[in-house]
Amino acid sequence: MNMSFSYSPGDVIAPAIDWLNTNFHPLFAAISLIVETILDVLLSVLSVLPAWALIAVIALLGWKLATWRIALLVVGTLGFCWLMGLWEATLQTIALVLLAVFLSITIAFPLGIWAARNKRAEAALRPVLDIMQTVPPWVYLVPAVIIFSLGRTPALIATVVYGTPPMLRLTTLALNQVPKSFLELGEALGAPRLTTLFKIELPIAKPTLLVGLNQCILLSLAMVVLAGLVGAGGLGAEVTRGLTRMELGVGLRAGLSIVAVALLFDRLSQAALNRPIGKR
Amino acid sequence: MENEPLIECKSVWKIFGDRSDAAIRAVKERGIGKAEVMQEFNCVVGVADVSLGLGKGEILCVMGLSGSGKSTLIRLFNRLIEPSLGQMLLHGEDIGSMSLERLREVRAKKVGMVFQSVTLLPHRTVLENAAFGLEVQKIDKARRHEIAGAALAKVGLGDWLNRYPHELSGGMQQRVGLARALASDPEIILMDEPFSALDPLIRRQLQNEFRQLSKELGKSALFITHDLDEAIRLGDRIAVMKDGAVVQLGTAEDIVLRPKDAYVEDFVAGVSRLHLVKAHSVMHHVGDFQSRQPGVNPATLPAVPVDAELDTLIQLMTKGHQDSVAVTDAGKLVGVVTLRSLLQGVRGREPTEEIAL
Repeated sequence: MNMSFSYSPGDVIAPAIDWLNTNFHPLFAAISLIVETILDVLLSVLSVLPAWALIAVIALLGWKLATWRIALLVVGTLGFCWLMGLWEATLQTIALVLLAVFLSITIAFPLGIWAARNKRAEAALRPVLDIMQTVPPWVYLVPAVIIFSLGRTPALIATVVYGTPPMLRLTTLALNQVPKSFLELGEALGAPRLTTLFKIELPIAKPTLLVGLNQCILLSLAMVVLAGLVGAGGLGAEVTRGLTRMELGVGLRAGLSIVAVALLFDRLSQAALNRPIGKR
Repeated sequence: MENEPLIECKSVWKIFGDRSDAAIRAVKERGIGKAEVMQEFNCVVGVADVSLGLGKGEILCVMGLSGSGKSTLIRLFNRLIEPSLGQMLLHGEDIGSMSLERLREVRAKKVGMVFQSVTLLPHRTVLENAAFGLEVQKIDKARRHEIAGAALAKVGLGDWLNRYPHELSGGMQQRVGLARALASDPEIILMDEPFSALDPLIRRQLQNEFRQLSKELGKSALFITHDLDEAIRLGDRIAVMKDGAVVQLGTAEDIVLRPKDAYVEDFVAGVSRLHLVKAHSVMHHVGDFQSRQPGVNPATLPAVPVDAELDTLIQLMTKGHQDSVAVTDAGKLVGVVTLRSLLQGVRGREPTEEIAL
């Protein structure tokens, strides 16, 4: 007896994707257009100033809002990217990460709050989040590329899928960590629920929320680089170029620039986290 | 304190558990008691058939060990917990049937609360914390900071306005919590074991200050505690709770001298009577005294008023040469305390018939 049993979910999903593609093409095209437009606007805003001026402005902001160390870090990391001749690619990557993080937060934050309020919602969301985090990103890049074709839109979607779960989980955790007595305080003062959320819960949950933001940013950055494979441009594209042409120099320069950007984002969000109470 | 109660609960029950609905129905229809509820329905009874009234300007201490239902009871007063059965009345208005809006208004303006754990927002200054209740009521910043500043001055923190909670000691943090409750100028303050995490000296200091302040401002307070000394020091009346029910309600002197059952007796066993029991509780009536001890003229004895503490009597007797002290009410001789009746009083008994010097 030799029976082989196999089942490929692709048999079902592929036709579904095709069907979506034929019937909803205008919708996807519109989404693509919106994403591309937003990214272009972001990019042109970032490119208004010459590289050295933008670096100076960000460094100054870092100094004012945090410490001179942060300012130094800004100069060091962004300056490195500029010197490597990858300024434009760096800006593309930063724009994509910023938009992806913004979308991730927009999705994760309300859902995270909902999951913290509702045990059933949390139970329903958990397996979805597990899948989002464990399925290799290439796998959902494929349908995203089929639907949106190569470019920045599928890269953005893949990035958001990857960056949302940590933010969502940590939002839920952060709110669940707020001691019950503070919720009672809100009630006992006659505060409406939204007031309790914004004036009591979120400020107390802030440190954990910022950890979530930090994770979201770093994972998004990692994914954006990977998305260079599908034509998203930026530093990821440089890495891919280095890989396909076997040019160590190109790959190394882009790789180190990515490290620099990651370092900058990480330290910036850490600085927000470690701001001492009482400093405004 | 038999004046019209500000806030009262009437035969209130709180029953927790999977079958609490059935249990509540059984209580309502068949009038079963706490023991049956636990046995038949396997429910936890948080509060069982409690009726209490809090008078204007009164401090009522609810005392019990942990698990006696006192924390549940206090939360029924501002409906942080919904009562299963019975009525909660504020000025005769049923709190249980208030709309959410009305309930919020009552909580914001009429019934303040201070918690056991420190519930100060760490990212706000002391002033902003004290003003937080007013902020919730959407009072503008200048006004709420003025009121909160005054409330902080009342609790002795006038110089700490711009500090952050983590810079304050535990006792000071609880004062901020009290100031936050006072800032809304509520009629009633619910105190949920606010001082129990503090060290004994600070605790006593805060107890005295709290009593003085609430009397000065004419506030009524329901004060939860597991500490009998605290209840005695603070309470105009004390309600002793056990397993969700009020076992005894009365003045400190009542409870110490006339405990209703063995449980309360155990509770009060170790309490010093010296500052608690008053002369009128240990004296012999002047007529009885004179008929038994015709040789002594009470008019020659040193005299104290009826509400003199045992401690004062002891001081008088140890200083002078007399073994008896006369007790007067508004200048009129009403009784005599003998050495023997005084000693019985110290042990927590009322004087026996026998009168001897």
